[in-house]
Amino acid sequence: MISQFFILSSKGDPLIYKDFRGDSGGRDVAELFYRKLTGLPGDESPVVMHHDDRHFIHIRHSGLYLVATTSENISPFSLLELLSRLATLLGDYCGSLSEGTISRNVALVYELLDEVLDYGYVQTTSMEMLRNFIQTEAVVSKPFSLFDLSSVGLFGAETQQSKVAPSTAASRPVLASRSDQSQKNEVFLDVVERLSVLIASNGSLLKVDVQGEIRLKSFLPSGSGEKSQGGAWDRQLLSAVYGGIWQPFLTFFPLTEMRIGLTEEFCVGKSELRGYGPGIRVDEVSFHSSVLLEEFESHRILRLQPPQGELTVMRYQLSDDLPSPLPFRLFPSVQWDRGSGRLQVYLKLRCDLPPKSQALNVRLHLPLPRGVVSLSQELSGPEQKAELGEGALRWDLPRVQGGSQLSGLFQMDVPGLPGPPGQGHSTTAPLGLGPASLSFELPRHTCSGLQVRFLRLAFRPCGSTSPHKWVRHLSHSDAYVIRI
Amino acid sequence: MVAAPPAEGAARLRPAERRGRAPGGRRPGGARRSALPRGGGGGGGARLGAVGPEEAGLPQGAGRGLSGRVAARRRSDGGPGREGAAPWGGEAGSGAEGLGVAGAVSGRSEPACGPQEGTAGAGAGLAGPWSLGCGPGEAEAGPTSRLGALRRPTFASPRFPRQGWEEPAGTAPGRETMPYLGSEDVVKELKKALCNPHVQADRLRYRNVIQRVIRMPKLDQWGQAEVLNFLLRYQPRSEEELFDILNLLDSFLKSSSPGVVMGATKLFLILAKKFPHVQTDVLVQVKGPLLAACSSESRELCFAALCHVRQILHSLPGHFSSHYKKFFCSYSEPHYIKLQKVEVLCELVNDENVQQVLEELRGYCTDVSADFAQAAIFAIGGIARTYTDQCVQILTELLGLRQEHITTVVVQTFRDLVWLCPQCTEAVCQALPGCEENIQDSEGKQALIWLLGVHGERIPNAPYVLEDFVENVKSETFPAVKMELLTALLRLFLCRPAECQDMLGRLLHYCIEEEKDMAVRDRGLFYYRLLLAGIDEVKRILCSPKSDPSLGLLEDQAERPVNSWASDFNTLVPVYGKARWAAISKYQGAEHRGPELPNTASFASSGPLIPEEHKETVQEPDSGALMLVPNCQLTAEYFEKTWFSLKVAHQQVFPWKGAVHPDTLQMALQVVNIQTIAMSRAGAHPWKAYLSAQDDTGCLFLTELLLEPENSEMQISVKQNEPRTETLNGFISVLETVLGTIGDIKS
Repeated sequence: MISQFFILSSKGDPLIYKDFRGDSGGRDVAELFYRKLTGLPGDESPVVMHHDDRHFIHIRHSGLYLVATTSENISPFSLLELLSRLATLLGDYCGSLSEGTISRNVALVYELLDEVLDYGYVQTTSMEMLRNFIQTEAVVSKPFSLFDLSSVGLFGAETQQSKVAPSTAASRPVLASRSDQSQKNEVFLDVVERLSVLIASNGSLLKVDVQGEIRLKSFLPSGSGEKSQGGAWDRQLLSAVYGGIWQPFLTFFPLTEMRIGLTEEFCVGKSELRGYGPGIRVDEVSFHSSVLLEEFESHRILRLQPPQGELTVMRYQLSDDLPSPLPFRLFPSVQWDRGSGRLQVYLKLRCDLPPKSQALNVRLHLPLPRGVVSLSQELSGPEQKAELGEGALRWDLPRVQGGSQLSGLFQMDVPGLPGPPGQGHSTTAPLGLGPASLSFELPRHTCSGLQVRFLRLAFRPCGSTSPHKWVRHLSHSDAYVIRI
Repeated sequence: MVAAPPAEGAARLRPAERRGRAPGGRRPGGARRSALPRGGGGGGGARLGAVGPEEAGLPQGAGRGLSGRVAARRRSDGGPGREGAAPWGGEAGSGAEGLGVAGAVSGRSEPACGPQEGTAGAGAGLAGPWSLGCGPGEAEAGPTSRLGALRRPTFASPRFPRQGWEEPAGTAPGRETMPYLGSEDVVKELKKALCNPHVQADRLRYRNVIQRVIRMPKLDQWGQAEVLNFLLRYQPRSEEELFDILNLLDSFLKSSSPGVVMGATKLFLILAKKFPHVQTDVLVQVKGPLLAACSSESRELCFAALCHVRQILHSLPGHFSSHYKKFFCSYSEPHYIKLQKVEVLCELVNDENVQQVLEELRGYCTDVSADFAQAAIFAIGGIARTYTDQCVQILTELLGLRQEHITTVVVQTFRDLVWLCPQCTEAVCQALPGCEENIQDSEGKQALIWLLGVHGERIPNAPYVLEDFVENVKSETFPAVKMELLTALLRLFLCRPAECQDMLGRLLHYCIEEEKDMAVRDRGLFYYRLLLAGIDEVKRILCSPKSDPSLGLLEDQAERPVNSWASDFNTLVPVYGKARWAAISKYQGAEHRGPELPNTASFASSGPLIPEEHKETVQEPDSGALMLVPNCQLTAEYFEKTWFSLKVAHQQVFPWKGAVHPDTLQMALQVVNIQTIAMSRAGAHPWKAYLSAQDDTGCLFLTELLLEPENSEMQISVKQNEPRTETLNGFISVLETVLGTIGDIKS
């Protein structure tokens, strides 16, 4: 049970404040919270804080603080989940969650909070229920239309503009305004994987962990029991597109539900065997409770009635046993001379993706020993960049093609570099150097190999627009650490 | 079969059944359309036919009808995915009441199905996921032979396959046919019903309400969490019912929402407080969701999960040991998560992973953030209590970095380590020379000076290092350092008088004549006068034997029982940490959590819900006049204080062979409400344990077990805070029974 809920901007300005029970404090709690947050000693966690008889629990989401206060010893898991769900809901209603959208849609946010929580108790968070009660329409800064995009450059994607959507295409209010007749019936499906890897200094793999999610964002008008009709034509457009971009399937089917077909060789657990090849194996899978799984066992098809807004359809985990080679290998060599205090690091980065794929926004972060004063560099490409900051070396590689190999030679002066006694050259890494960590995005690539085979949808046409379906596969690094 | 008219509940459910979903794709035909046992669903079906007729004559109250109806439905939920597990767990026929009615209802609505199901299910296993785990004989013995549960013979885990998708919630047709009720209305209605004294007084009605609460499939996750929280107030009246509830709630453990999973876990832990093996099994099952939450994208959720992992590790060290890699930090994580992860790593270390964990921790020691680096060093120090050599080596290497913030923490770690593990003194003494250049802060200086004073005879240059400190004592800003310096120098003087006499004189002169801090001056005067009394007197006072190192056992408070924190699970307590929570609740003052109903604060005020007449069925018959109170929690400090203030009331020797299995013994003692305060590790020589118990009159029994393997006997010393012989004898006989049983199991 929540006493108060408020949203603060990243600078601590209160954007939304709602008191549900009137049992504690006044508006100044928001200020109090921010003061506590900024004045917190280093070893305490900010997630749950306490003042007088009140607990503050907050999450940070897109730079905003979503805070709930309560005076009871309640379940932290439920409350954090509720806050995340609220963030998602607000995002669905306002288009995206940011300081700007919240302050433009204050009335809508309050209306939403009124419906979701009553006297501090959760009523419902389902879009289906809420849409009946929410009257206010979202204010969008610029009305979004997919067809305006012809002029927009997308990650430099040189492709047919009519067939791709940018990664921001899903950032708009889920409920189309009533005045806007040209509403889009669109569904976005994301397969997102987070990769965490630890590689030992001798190159052996210590840990691989993949956390995957299939996320659905639906803009389809759903609900009521009208008869479904639809053209029985099925046209799939385009199978290969460029990075980070929605990939459309155009389909009409006279069904009232969505069917998501996953790769047939998808196996769960260590023992299951499917297909002839090595298969795509994950350790654990969990589904959203609304997903129907009758066809999952036989054909790996998920069925669901997509509610409006965002929904995590499936989560899966995979560890230790990756079917494809790791996307990156780093071959470091270190030379340092204690006498002159010169440290030389040569890094060779090999990208093991298939030649047609590429990695974007690659950044290597290498902590250095204290007291590094100067850096001279020789990089293998002109678009790369390296610099020192916060006691670490940062090497930015905007784009790395699969199969390519890049290198950088860095020379630094470290006057008081500590090390074993004795002068002269050494090739062992000094303490304080490394481990290197990489961050990157891999568009159109899933580390587990899981793909969405098809996305079919029965759509009841209202108006003349056809449903657009966009599928995107994406992997990104969570922690990709290489010891040196 | 049943003449009685269908019960109200059943009638209400039936129309819904009819408008159920279209038949599922793989169902063979229309004949088995209704919510009846499907194939494989098992043993229940087999028993339906058998028990049904005998029970047919029973009067069928409204509640009964509902329960039967729902029982039938639930059985149908089982479906093929359940591996033939009938959800009813009790093997003994005591669940016959419900089963009979269920059989009757299903028999009536579709007689043709009965025999078929019977044959199909005849060979199926009876055990549901949660069952009592003892043979029929032991089952009837029940609570009286409480140790029976310990033997874990048949508590099989023919658990559902780990993959959540085998038995998805909501796919079985039976569930679909429940009438839709808006979630919050249902919760409200049920709350009202459960608080109603008339309902409470009527056992059947009460039970039925509970069953309805459990079986609400259309609740959203908030409703489910609420219901789970709410069910904490219900105390099952029998073991069958308890396992019944556990079986029904099993699917909540696999929910995709962490809030629901944790709520269910807490409920399971509390309901199964007398069945440690069930608790362990639940914790094994919740491992997956917790680990998933630990690597969740939401930092906050991750933090909460880590705190709970630590909580579990207190009771089950080694529970997450094989997953230690999940707790490695990444550089982009916020500080508070890294600190938690380091703590977790420190706690789950074992022989297999110690190398990897230490290597990882060593990487953190050179982190840019000084706080984090220091936390990592302290963590290595914690691991060093078990794996001394490797850790001391790493710490010594770190000294080579010559960085202030690292050196000071390493020296502090050394100080603690030398005290707890005297065997590493030699290595530490060799590493110390040279450290003094890199220590500037008070804590580090104190630690270094203490080490030099206590082990000065093994460090060649100790007097010279201290001399530097004496030279600079005027500019020293911290009084604590001066105090430490006085003591250390006096100690060193005793073993190396020639080198120290001069500077000790100078230091005493300075402290007495020039020092402005009173505490330091008084300490100086005290030592001066002590020296006047003669060197032998000084030796007698300063070097008298230290406290018993085996009492260090009391310090690390190993392996708290699950029950000690089950009521705190899924609350803010683990997130704040026990110590901070204690401070907070002291501040708040009012919060009182009763031991018997350890629920969240909201329920504490409403008092126990169980009507008086059922209380005695809950309580167990006990041996003689002695009645030990469950959940008597003493802190280690209080125990230590009390222990030293009392005389031994009883001492005896118990024959014992071989080593002790601490966890088995602890579990056994817990069953009879004897709490373990501290216990040696398995295989320690000599092996010791400290136990405490309290009877219903508030009399405390403090016990020490001392096992010296060469004598093959266990020495038991009991202390009592009120001298009463009859309860003491009762307590000793309970203790003997437990030890005897454990000994039997082992041999």
